[in-house]
Amino acid sequence: MSAPAVTTELADYRRQSPAVAERFQKLRERPVVLEVRDLTRTFATRQGGETVALRSLNFCAHRREFMCLIGPSGCGKSTLIRLLAGLDEPTSGQVLLDGQPVSGPCPDRGMVFQGYTLFPWRTVLGNVMFGLEMGGMESGRAKSEALQWLDLVNLTKFKDAYPAQLSGGMKQRVAIARALATNPRILLMDEPFGALDAQTRAQMQSYLLQIWRNVDVTIVFITHDLDEAIYLADRILVLKAHPGEVQELIEVPVPRPRGPAQFATPEFLATRRRIDELIHPPLESAGEKLPIVRLTVVGDDVE
Amino acid sequence: MTRSRWPAVGREPSPRRRSVLLVCSFLLPLVLWSLVSYVPWIWHPLIHVTDPGTVSWFKADLLVERAVFATENAQAVAAGGRAAVGERANPVFLPAPHAVARALWTAFTTKPVLRDELWLHQSLWLSIQTIFWGFLISSLFGVPLGILCGAYPPLARLFEPVIDFVRYMPAPAFGALTVAVLDIYAAPKIAIIVIGTFFQQVLVIANTVRRHDPALIEAAQTLGARPRQLLLHVIVPGCLVDIYNDQRILLGWAWTYLIVAEVVGVSTGITFFINQQAKYRNFDNVYAAILIIGVIGLVTDQGLAFIGRRIFPWQPRAPSRLNAVLALLGRKGGGPA
Repeated sequence: MSAPAVTTELADYRRQSPAVAERFQKLRERPVVLEVRDLTRTFATRQGGETVALRSLNFCAHRREFMCLIGPSGCGKSTLIRLLAGLDEPTSGQVLLDGQPVSGPCPDRGMVFQGYTLFPWRTVLGNVMFGLEMGGMESGRAKSEALQWLDLVNLTKFKDAYPAQLSGGMKQRVAIARALATNPRILLMDEPFGALDAQTRAQMQSYLLQIWRNVDVTIVFITHDLDEAIYLADRILVLKAHPGEVQELIEVPVPRPRGPAQFATPEFLATRRRIDELIHPPLESAGEKLPIVRLTVVGDDVE
Repeated sequence: MTRSRWPAVGREPSPRRRSVLLVCSFLLPLVLWSLVSYVPWIWHPLIHVTDPGTVSWFKADLLVERAVFATENAQAVAAGGRAAVGERANPVFLPAPHAVARALWTAFTTKPVLRDELWLHQSLWLSIQTIFWGFLISSLFGVPLGILCGAYPPLARLFEPVIDFVRYMPAPAFGALTVAVLDIYAAPKIAIIVIGTFFQQVLVIANTVRRHDPALIEAAQTLGARPRQLLLHVIVPGCLVDIYNDQRILLGWAWTYLIVAEVVGVSTGITFFINQQAKYRNFDNVYAAILIIGVIGLVTDQGLAFIGRRIFPWQPRAPSRLNAVLALLGRKGGGPA
């Protein structure tokens, strides 16, 4: 009964406290690390036509920014992050990293996948060393560097374990350490915590914020979880589907450092409501009635 | 806790039941064989003559059909003679289990009949060498080519159609050709095994390599792996376990080609032994030799599985047959813990 009353009292998500506004001012002054210019990606359909996955995307991320990408399913989030990683090529437009056009995958853009993608034949340490070895680093040095990264994600104890012996959260920490070990300019994360249970996911979010605070890296993070996006991001890029286009770039007004207690603050709820409106338009589905005939006995009602 | 008594789809039985099933897997055929051999009224279509009586052409130790035995005896008695005596027997090509068991020992201790014939163990050793060289040469070329075809689709398009074509030509068909080119001794036999194994090997391994996880390749690319590094540091190690298991299966195929390979040119090895013993009608020795091939195959395969579990420590442990047997023996010996 009281819920509607609270929502009407919610603050505007665009209102920022002076501290938050100052933070965004500073963020905008930092150099642009990633720039996306007129990015379009179309796929040929089997019928000979084409579907537009992304159309004329433009945005940029500043150094050490934490940017989240959110949008309804089919909005091209994964296509976008694959283009950023260089695993796919745009139909037109450009991705620029530090002003240089991106072509093909490269360790300056590290990637963490939802499916962990650890090498099962390598130990935890071997996985973290992989990128360093591929870059031609001598193995003794690669090992000591990898150990430092394992220490950062608090997995030194498991350095000799194989991925199959780890839990999902631990696997994803190894994947993060592995991606960071090559000192990328930008860390791309494709729904990295999507397969984890709620508790592990909350823990991983807090780990990620700690890592981001201590490492010089820009993060672009895909999620479909609104709370996760608001909890983690400086700015949230909201995409819409069919075709994938930028709907709004939201500056999250929730002050830092962030903590789970902020989930109930007015700024948080206002931002959440705004994104919810953007990606779940109210006209659809919610009140839709299913054409089901009653199959239970009268008086056996559950609600 | 409910435990179903009957096999449920897709559910592994308990370790104890697994061990029991493993033993039964060998025991059931043995029981069947024993029944047919030792229980006279199940089959035993012949009569083993012990006393020929007055039937002119009967001799002791002769095997005759039951119908013939009966008519001959009837005629002999009608002519005022003495009926022959005998007991029911199986044909000579089905020796009883105990005879084969005895042959498993005596086949090794019996001196060869002819001067230029080899002992059983010498024949076996020759066969093992033929298999070894044939499989090694085939693998030396087949495994790398299979990996390359699996990793690089253009190579697959170039090699696989013709390999697929040659694969359908039966290896023994090349027998005369190999003898013409490679003389009549060991070389043509090894060549037949290579021909029989190689083409299958390339296709099987290429298919295995094609099943690799593309996400791992992409992960490696984002970590800076270049194309050659992808092959050596991602595709090959990622497929190694499966390739190893393919090789175990392919080794079994190589053994099937052995029997045809060994009659090419001068017949040698275990095939020569089997054929020779069959000529002497020592079918117990024939069965013994065939069983020994089976045992060698089983021991090699389980040995390779055992080694595989040690050289690939990252793969989850599959239940080992060897361990299952040991567990069952241990439980019976040790009693309830």
